[in-house]
Amino acid sequence: MNFSEVFKLSSLLCKFSPDGKYLASCVQYRLVVRDVNTLQILQLYTCLDQIQHIEWSADSLFILCAMYKRGLVQVWSLEQPEWHCKIDEGSAGLVASCWSPDGRHILNTTEFHLRITVWSLCTKSVSYIKYPKACLQGITFTRDGRYMALAERRDCKDYVSIFVCSDWQLLRHFDTDTQDLTGIEWAPNGCVLAVWDTCLEYKILLYSLDGRLLSTYSAYEWSLGIKSVAWSPSSQFLAVGSYDGKVRILHHVTWKMITEFGHPATINDPKTVVYKEAEKSPQLGLGCLSFPPPRAGAGPLPSSESKYNIPNAVWVWDIQKLRLFAVLEQLSPVRTFQWDPQQPRLAICTGGSRLYLWSPAGCMSVQVPGEGDFAVLSLCWHLSGDSMALLSKDHFCLCFLETEAVVGTACRQLGGHT
Amino acid sequence: MGDWMTVTDPGLSSESKTISQYTSETKMSPSSLYSQQVLCSSIPLSKNVHSFFSAFCTEDNIEQSISYLDQELTTFGFPSLYEESKGKETKRELNIVAVLNCMNELLVLQRKNLLAQENVETQNLKLGSDMDHLQSCYSKLKEQLETSRREMIGLQERDRQLQCKNRNLHQLLKNEKDEVQKLQNIIASRATQYNHDMKRKEREYNKLKERLHQLVMNKKDKKIAMDILNYVGRADGKRGSWRTGKTEARNEDEMYKILLNDYEYRQKQILMENAELKKVLQQMKKEMISLLSPQKKKPRERVDDSTGTVISDVEEDAGELSRESMWDLSCETVREQLTNSIRKQWRILKSHVEKLDNQVSKVHLEGFNDEDVISRQDHEQETEKLELEIQQCKEMIKTQQQLLQQQLATACDDDTTSLLRDCYLLEEKERLKEEWSLFKEQKKNFERERRSFTEAAIRLGLERKAFEEERASWLKQQFLNMTTFDHQNSENVKLFSAFSGSSDWDNLIVHSRQPQKKPHSVSNGSPVCMSKLTKSLPASPSTSDFCQTRSCMSEHSSINVLNITAEEIKPNQVGGECTNQKWSVASRPGSQEGCYSGCSLSYTNSHVEKDDLP
Repeated sequence: MNFSEVFKLSSLLCKFSPDGKYLASCVQYRLVVRDVNTLQILQLYTCLDQIQHIEWSADSLFILCAMYKRGLVQVWSLEQPEWHCKIDEGSAGLVASCWSPDGRHILNTTEFHLRITVWSLCTKSVSYIKYPKACLQGITFTRDGRYMALAERRDCKDYVSIFVCSDWQLLRHFDTDTQDLTGIEWAPNGCVLAVWDTCLEYKILLYSLDGRLLSTYSAYEWSLGIKSVAWSPSSQFLAVGSYDGKVRILHHVTWKMITEFGHPATINDPKTVVYKEAEKSPQLGLGCLSFPPPRAGAGPLPSSESKYNIPNAVWVWDIQKLRLFAVLEQLSPVRTFQWDPQQPRLAICTGGSRLYLWSPAGCMSVQVPGEGDFAVLSLCWHLSGDSMALLSKDHFCLCFLETEAVVGTACRQLGGHT
Repeated sequence: MGDWMTVTDPGLSSESKTISQYTSETKMSPSSLYSQQVLCSSIPLSKNVHSFFSAFCTEDNIEQSISYLDQELTTFGFPSLYEESKGKETKRELNIVAVLNCMNELLVLQRKNLLAQENVETQNLKLGSDMDHLQSCYSKLKEQLETSRREMIGLQERDRQLQCKNRNLHQLLKNEKDEVQKLQNIIASRATQYNHDMKRKEREYNKLKERLHQLVMNKKDKKIAMDILNYVGRADGKRGSWRTGKTEARNEDEMYKILLNDYEYRQKQILMENAELKKVLQQMKKEMISLLSPQKKKPRERVDDSTGTVISDVEEDAGELSRESMWDLSCETVREQLTNSIRKQWRILKSHVEKLDNQVSKVHLEGFNDEDVISRQDHEQETEKLELEIQQCKEMIKTQQQLLQQQLATACDDDTTSLLRDCYLLEEKERLKEEWSLFKEQKKNFERERRSFTEAAIRLGLERKAFEEERASWLKQQFLNMTTFDHQNSENVKLFSAFSGSSDWDNLIVHSRQPQKKPHSVSNGSPVCMSKLTKSLPASPSTSDFCQTRSCMSEHSSINVLNITAEEIKPNQVGGECTNQKWSVASRPGSQEGCYSGCSLSYTNSHVEKDDLP
């Protein structure tokens, strides 16, 4: 495992390009694009203000930098450094900005969620979408980039609109049977939309692409409900984490719960591996869920979660065997964890100077080198799974992982430590 | 009577004292009281006797007291103290004998009374103690009753309290339920209110938003703009198309295409899964059929419903297998058929397996004895069982012994048991008789056999004699042919031994004894024998001769004699063939003696001795 030198960074803004060739990072009002392999600066763009958000277009040709405070979005082209584009939302303000999947449209959400403006980079046309719902996850695109689902609120009722991304035509518009819709999420195959209600009520609804209600699932009533939802890469399973400290897995044919994973305070199953960084016992709490990427071969399909309350533990379940596979207890709260895009490997950071890696073979922790303390607050994997970017408050560095065999030995060596 | 008197005399004297004391102290009977009063008034005192009685008889009133006593005694049924009066005028004399008798009887009576009294006293004491015991028991029970009553009361009280509590709790529960209901209602009302408020707020918010929207958007904000160097091409390289009805339709179509694709994909997956499962089922079925068919023949004999279905099923399936293509048609009828048949077969297989299991367990049990290797547990179990059995047997023996002893003990004094025993004896006698007769019959049989045997032996002897004669003649011829007369003797021995093939030792002895036996056999006076002996040949022919005579004689004699002859025959046979030595050894010495005493020939005697020697 090798580490690059440390580069400056602000606002944890550091992203790999979708094609994996470039790395964009922000330092105050400057956007730096580097080559992933050489880490040499390819382009340096200067924005009008401190950048608050960056996003690569899907084709890795453009980067948008959002400056919410000024209601500005600046777009830069990698191919044509002299090309520039500036979108000013004016007095309407700006709270969110994102690319459409085709990489030629930018969706800006104005303040108070008054509307969403769709700016095109190809034509002069500007589209407006009214009544977007102010919620955690109100916009979702299908993986193929064909459709966009948008949560809306009109007349105290929740609606979902499905747009065709190619020409922003409204395909379907239907109301959902929710009190206060909180999130929507497309299945990876783009045919099922999961819609879940506010945390006050446990309710998840599944809609087909054509707006038909496929199923409704509610585990219980009168208690705090869904916390997070995640699709499996195969679209076969839907994991629903809730405030009762359980993860329920729904099946895609029946939309019934096939299993339920709790977070027991003590783990009695001898097959479960518990990695403990310290004696500190973890508290229950549920954060977000994520599935690892699909793999070519058959392998464990773990789902994991971290905790937000006192989130010291990461739980990994084996979906093939439908049982708890491993528990990673960290000394300090888990800040971020992310699956390796290529293999069942999990990178975890806890805000300390260590990076934790888990794979079914074992667990290890690595001290990030460098003078001073490099507190890893966030991380992101490179597409290939060979490297990742470790982000701290003011700096970032790249971490290069070796081949499988070397990692294996490293795991064994470090097994004692964890 | 005299004996008894002597024995009891000292006791009597000592007892009399106590009696007198007793009587003096306790004036029990009213009659005695009465008599005292009477006596006190009329009878003067005497010196010698006890102070009380001293008042009764004095020197002066002897007569009176005697008469009084006489009267009293007669009234009590004793004979008169006076002699039978011959005449009225003569004064009746005191009959000393009668007095003494009376006294004796009185004493006896007194003793009896005393005994009775003692008994009564002891009984009284016993009863008293019993009474005490019962009283204590009673008091104890009373206490117990009291305590239990108290306990009952306590329990009742507790029960009541618990019931009270229960009622309270019920009340509380009800209250809580009410509370919960109320709270739920409140929650519901709050929720509705909250929703209402939310809606109102949202409406207001929406209004505000609308207003804001109007203000911000409709003002033609110059700031809202995109400053772009030049428009870029689309990612797919196509030109943007106008939005028309056509595009809408196309979008719809595409959407449905996507959905269709998804469903098709899913269907394909499901079909694949189905095919896999079907394959598995088919294979399972095939295997089942192959598993079940070899033992199909066996159960054919059995009148079993399940096996009947097996056969039919197997046949049916065999037919079904041929049109395997049918399997691919996943129509419902086929599916039903398939599942049904599989289910049936599965059931059969299951039952079969269970049967096999049972058999295995049985075999295991049976094989237990056959196998040398016995598991430790089984061994222990077995030993335990055996030990238990032993224990039981011991107990049984003990009880039997006890019963026997009891029976014996009771038999000593019980007539019935003796009678019973007599019965047993009779029974035994009868049985013995039966046995006796059986034995007799057996004996007769034996005799018959023996006779036949002797006859056979005689025949054998005759044959032997003939053979011997033949041999002798042959030998003679040889001798004559061979050498001089001097070496004849020694050679003869050798030849003989070599010839007979039996043990040399025996023959040698026979040979050596020959000269001694000679005179006896001579005394027998048989010319044939003499002639043979001169030829220095074994004596067996002569013995057989003797046997013949003996048997002839024995046929007319009693059983005893017959026995002897049998004994005698055996040695004869031994003499002939040395192999049957056991016979002679087994012969009873007593009978032999009898035989020897009975027979006048020492020749056989010596022969027997010789046989016994080795």
